[in-house]
Amino acid sequence: MNKYTVINPHEPFRVLNTHVHNIDGIAKVTGRATYTFDVKLPGMLYGKILRSPYPHAKIIKIDASKALALPGVLAVVNGKDDTLGIKQGIWRRYNDLCDEQVLPVDKVRYIGEPVAAVAAVTEEIAEKALDLIDVEYEELPATFEPLDAIKKDAPEIHEGFERNINVTRHIEWGEVEEAFEEAEYIREDWFKCGGQAHMCMETRAAVASYTPDGKMTVWTSTQSAYYHQALLAGVLGLREGNVRVLAPYVGGGFGGKFELDGAQFCACILSMKVRKPVKIIFTREEDFIASKRRTPMFYYTRTGVKKDGTFCAREAKVFTNGGAYTGMGATALYLTGFFHSFPYRWKGYRYDGYRVYTNTLPSTSMRGFGAPQAMWCSEQQIEWIAADLGLDPIEMRRKNSHHEGYVVPGQATIASCGIDQCYDEIKTWIKSKGKLPKNRSIGLSACGFMSGGIFNWFDTPYSFSSAVVTVNNDGTVELHVGAQDIGQGSNTTMAIICAEALGVKIEDVKVHSGDTDHCPADLGAWGSRQTLMTGNAVKMASEDAKKQLLEFAYAQSGLNIVYDLDIKEGWVHAIARPERGETFEALVKRATRGKDGQRIVGRGYYTPHRKGMISPAYSYMLQGVEVEIDDETGKIKLIDSMTAHDCGQPINHLGLIGQLEGAFSMAAGYGYLEYMPFEDGKMMNPNLVDYKMVRSTDMPPANIAEIDTYEPEGPYGAKEAGEGLTNPTAAAIGNAIYHRFGIQMKECPVRPEMIVNALKEKAAAEKEGKKK
Amino acid sequence: MEKKLITLTVNDIEYELYINPKTLLVEAIRDHIGLTGTKRGCETVSCGACTVMIDDMAIKSCSVLAVQAEGRRIITAEGLEKNGVLAPIQKAFLDEGSYQCGFCTSGMLMSSEAFLRETKNPTEEQMKEAIEGNICRCTGYNSIVRAIAAVAKGKYAEVKS
Repeated sequence: MNKYTVINPHEPFRVLNTHVHNIDGIAKVTGRATYTFDVKLPGMLYGKILRSPYPHAKIIKIDASKALALPGVLAVVNGKDDTLGIKQGIWRRYNDLCDEQVLPVDKVRYIGEPVAAVAAVTEEIAEKALDLIDVEYEELPATFEPLDAIKKDAPEIHEGFERNINVTRHIEWGEVEEAFEEAEYIREDWFKCGGQAHMCMETRAAVASYTPDGKMTVWTSTQSAYYHQALLAGVLGLREGNVRVLAPYVGGGFGGKFELDGAQFCACILSMKVRKPVKIIFTREEDFIASKRRTPMFYYTRTGVKKDGTFCAREAKVFTNGGAYTGMGATALYLTGFFHSFPYRWKGYRYDGYRVYTNTLPSTSMRGFGAPQAMWCSEQQIEWIAADLGLDPIEMRRKNSHHEGYVVPGQATIASCGIDQCYDEIKTWIKSKGKLPKNRSIGLSACGFMSGGIFNWFDTPYSFSSAVVTVNNDGTVELHVGAQDIGQGSNTTMAIICAEALGVKIEDVKVHSGDTDHCPADLGAWGSRQTLMTGNAVKMASEDAKKQLLEFAYAQSGLNIVYDLDIKEGWVHAIARPERGETFEALVKRATRGKDGQRIVGRGYYTPHRKGMISPAYSYMLQGVEVEIDDETGKIKLIDSMTAHDCGQPINHLGLIGQLEGAFSMAAGYGYLEYMPFEDGKMMNPNLVDYKMVRSTDMPPANIAEIDTYEPEGPYGAKEAGEGLTNPTAAAIGNAIYHRFGIQMKECPVRPEMIVNALKEKAAAEKEGKKK
Repeated sequence: MEKKLITLTVNDIEYELYINPKTLLVEAIRDHIGLTGTKRGCETVSCGACTVMIDDMAIKSCSVLAVQAEGRRIITAEGLEKNGVLAPIQKAFLDEGSYQCGFCTSGMLMSSEAFLRETKNPTEEQMKEAIEGNICRCTGYNSIVRAIAAVAKGKYAEVKS
């Protein structure tokens, strides 16, 4: 069904890259795992949010008196009376990018924007109360597409942003014009990349409980408990230490759950008003229309190469549909520009990105973070260039690819890179397919991705990751991390690293995460950062604890000091004489007594320094997808796939396979299913009947060849896995369509009618050509 | 609407509930009985997160009223294990890593279990079809199909007896 080649020469590992179950597995397969969705507190009220029906309108007046008179309604909040107009945003370092009032005071900027919120004794009453709130609006002219919104006469969405340009980004290296002059072939194309809904199975959810001692406790579905602690403290006027965020189990994130959302904000404001717990769960429709989305982009890219396929120069101009607010969109704007250069060496590279405000649902980060859009355009154009010049597309890619030690000028240093072996693996896979049936074709796409971001736009005063390891007297271990497990398995990954580094069994490690009162601050689960950053912190903390323990062992052993002691799987021993030793538990008991009863505590942290502009490490991959297309209907079916993937040293074997397969399904959906049409600012398919995504019967085998490399910056040589693989698939599908029919798809997701129309146009053009 | 007294048999336990007759089965299970393993991910009977077994058939519990399930044998994810011993499908999910965030898992387990009770020696296509009504945003489904296949092939047979 599926095959994996996991090449691992590092046999001495006892826990790392072995087949261990997810440590949260029992809770999840028995229905015991409790999510924010399941939280029920004594005296809890239910909140509902009234949303704007207009894409752009002034709020003249809000009258909630009728709603408040409804029996069972305890409070109504709105921007004019309750939130003091505080603007917020996650790019806290830059004031002008903190542009969102979760309950706006003066005007609404997209359909679905929260306007008021109600707390009532039941959800039903809260819902009824929404209908009784009178809001007087004055409609304003609206604009929905970035290329319209930048026009001089377009309506102004935010004051002081000329032509609605929210953020611009410029990336440049080398002598671009000179490099274009060296080129013997230049190609330019325009592309359109769609949005995509995160579609977490658990919709946005929060339960907030404010108590008379001035303390706020919030259960929420988040990718970063620390971010939400800090963001909520900021908007609520509380000290960070008085806000406790709990994220026990999280039903998916995918980049959509680390900004402040309406559920969290409104639940808190309502709870502060009534001093009772308030629960808000978004319906699926609310989650579609009011929880942000992958950033839609218009891409212009111009590429110059030599006739032998050597890449010279590239320049790209990108206009993104930012929607109504900034959020993480500023980061997506930078990353799409950077990864549009990947994984190739360019003598000259220039990128100009413009994030444009429109009166639509705000766009933000989503798994891949701007790179799936970048690769949709880049990897198709490169395929077309190879065809235009009659070159082998794999070999052309190979000769221009990054390699170990390559420096992306002014941006990044590539310490590990397995892309070259990826080309070999995919060539072998294609060969193994033999001659394909007539209605099938194969498309390829290469890419790379980061292992955590290094830029401190959140302005945190803390290290990016921290870990504390406490060793109990019975030899069990408490690991406290701020890393957030959102299903990707970070609790398990951290337990594996701790067990390996400290020398204990994985079942002896208890992981504590998702609670800001008890876990050290960590930026959380986004940008593929936790395995490298939290992983390093955990390794450091575990080694710290181990060193303290071994000092006691050494002191008692009477060994010559040139001999090494070690701990493996709970056995303390001299490396030269592994059979002689003692149990970890026995050592811990003596060491604890020797420290006057103090528990052994190890501390670790990670803060990046001098790691370029983007990330400390990069993963690489090449993907091949076999596609079957019905000539008449244009319907696409995925038949098979193979991804050669370099994530450094794999840590969590099962977790890695799951991440790669899961990323494929989401990436394929972006390529051909997850169409998100808007009409006059209104999303036309905000439900799971009309919003199509990959289901079990659509999913082909997702074969993986793991390329073994060692990343010096990562714990045990590990780097990113699972987010980067969202990047190649759309382009690989596009390339398969190209190889089948010779048509160039410039818009994703590709819908069947687009293929049918392109084939008609092609036939018409050929007929025209024959006539001449 | 006048409330009604009904008895639901969930995981072999009888629960007496005094509920509004328009209460959905998923609401009765989650909000009235308090078994929160069964989830909800949509309002359109599309996602399968609320799937339970009624008389061995996989049913989306948001698609039936609680009163319609009276007298039937309802099994939820919490009812799969017996005396602390996991059912084969649960063990297979652990071994294959057939879940990530876990939010769809309860429903996915029930669709899989109902399918396995009904179908001997299933083909891969049948296994995929069995969970077509359940959305999983995390795993890409293949690990779930591998788990179903492992149980179908009798990998966990000794546990069954």
